[in-house]
Amino acid sequence: MTELLSLRFLHIVRRNYLVWRKLFVPSLLGNLADPLIWLVGFGVGLGALLPRIEGLPYLAFLASGMIGYTTMYSASFEALYSAFARLHTQRTWEGILYAPMTVRDVVLGEWTWAALKGVASGAAILAVAYALGLVDGWRPLAVLPVILLVGLAFSGMALVVTALARSYDFFVYYFTLLITPMMLISGVFFPADSLPSGVRVAASLLPLAHATELARGFTVGQALTRPAVNVAVLVAYALAGVLLATWLLRRRLMK
Amino acid sequence: MLTVENLRKRYGSQEVVRGVTFRVAEGECFGLLGPNGAGKTTTLKCILGLTEPSAGRIELAGYPVPQAARQARYRVGVVPQFDNLDPDFTVRENLVVFGRYFGLRTADVLARVPALLEFAGLAEKADARIETLSGGMKRRLTLARALVNDPQVLFMDEPTTGLDPQARHLIWDRLKRLVADGKTLVLTTHFMDEAERLCDRVGIMDNGQIIALDAPQALIARSIEPQVVEVYGEGVQRWVEKHGRTLAQRVEFTGETAFCYCQDAAAILDSLESWPALKALRRAANLEDVFIKLTGRDIRD
Repeated sequence: MTELLSLRFLHIVRRNYLVWRKLFVPSLLGNLADPLIWLVGFGVGLGALLPRIEGLPYLAFLASGMIGYTTMYSASFEALYSAFARLHTQRTWEGILYAPMTVRDVVLGEWTWAALKGVASGAAILAVAYALGLVDGWRPLAVLPVILLVGLAFSGMALVVTALARSYDFFVYYFTLLITPMMLISGVFFPADSLPSGVRVAASLLPLAHATELARGFTVGQALTRPAVNVAVLVAYALAGVLLATWLLRRRLMK
Repeated sequence: MLTVENLRKRYGSQEVVRGVTFRVAEGECFGLLGPNGAGKTTTLKCILGLTEPSAGRIELAGYPVPQAARQARYRVGVVPQFDNLDPDFTVRENLVVFGRYFGLRTADVLARVPALLEFAGLAEKADARIETLSGGMKRRLTLARALVNDPQVLFMDEPTTGLDPQARHLIWDRLKRLVADGKTLVLTTHFMDEAERLCDRVGIMDNGQIIALDAPQALIARSIEPQVVEVYGEGVQRWVEKHGRTLAQRVEFTGETAFCYCQDAAAILDSLESWPALKALRRAANLEDVFIKLTGRDIRD
């Protein structure tokens, strides 16, 4: 039981944080500038042509959708490319296991860290939304714990892929075959209602639609129609991901 | 300090460790020797709890492994065959971050860093980036990193593979100092001179089993003739057939060189006087001769 509750994984989070801190300025600029360019370019340009969508100006619709999407992207990227570097290229995890650390500690640490990076990126979108006057007041801040859950769901999934990967090329399939189609059917850039019902069911089985609905509900006040389902799906992906990744990485590292 | 009994490790249908038994006493330097694929690295991984043995019993620093491997690793340092220093950190940061994995406080590790870097000959390099270090410096930093928790026992997998002679001698010097300080050392190597120089006792592994286990000098005295004459040059085959086989106890060929093992080299050297085309090198038998006698001359890939 004490083993189950051990906080040793925080050493891993701290290690990754120390590396990130060295690249703090470019990383933060990227986190802020990238969504700003997207939002302003896409939202203002396209938004001028569009009517209100689901009762929202297009820019507000887009910004609230992008909070979940950006969290997903950032957490996935970290748990794929950066984690694979530490697993394979740099053998960082192998070194950590010479110390009194376990595979479980490594996976929990990476899972948490990638989720936190996702939160940082999602929060940057929120900051931009505040700056553009798309959201106001305190309520939108309640989206932060929600995107932590979004980050945990996607970093868990990505760690499973990393545990199976033989090279970086593998991740291209994950983005092309899963992340990009999911983005298109999950109501991030346009409402999913107009899509065929089969596609809508598929979207409901994937985590991004739920992340998008929750983010819109908390930030721009759109009514939440199924908040318990939204949370349950994200929790399920997060837990299934981290457990499967731990099992797979134990097999890979302890052979 | 370390007990290994009847250790076995199977991968699928292949058993790479087949009943290995040995003990290492506190303060001893023990070498595990063997050709590539003999099972040395797998044995080390089992001992450290980094893979599950198929059978056998291991006790490391008073803890049963793999059951309490994590607790045992608090008392253990590891220098791997391939460097896995953290390239995102400086030399000092590598030590501090690694120390934290042992639950050490940052201030406590920082206080130890100067002594560790001094020991590793990296005192000037505390703020250097890893990519600027030479191969020898990286290996020494890995050694310093393995000492960050002041371990009782240090495991080194091929500690000097890939290093130039100067760098090897520096590593050997440091390892001798550690043994003098009372640390227990377990190393794998396929450099016999390294084992002969450093190890109090060696175990020679082949095909997953220990086939000889003793002090290097005792193994040499017990297993092999004391003198060797290496003979090579035009006509060496004819000389061996005419004289070599009768004058030496044993003759072996590697390529065009005849290794003549004997009690006394004088007769062989006399006979070679009348074969001016042949060159000869006379030397005392060493651990490498024992190793090759026991494991054969075939190439292992």
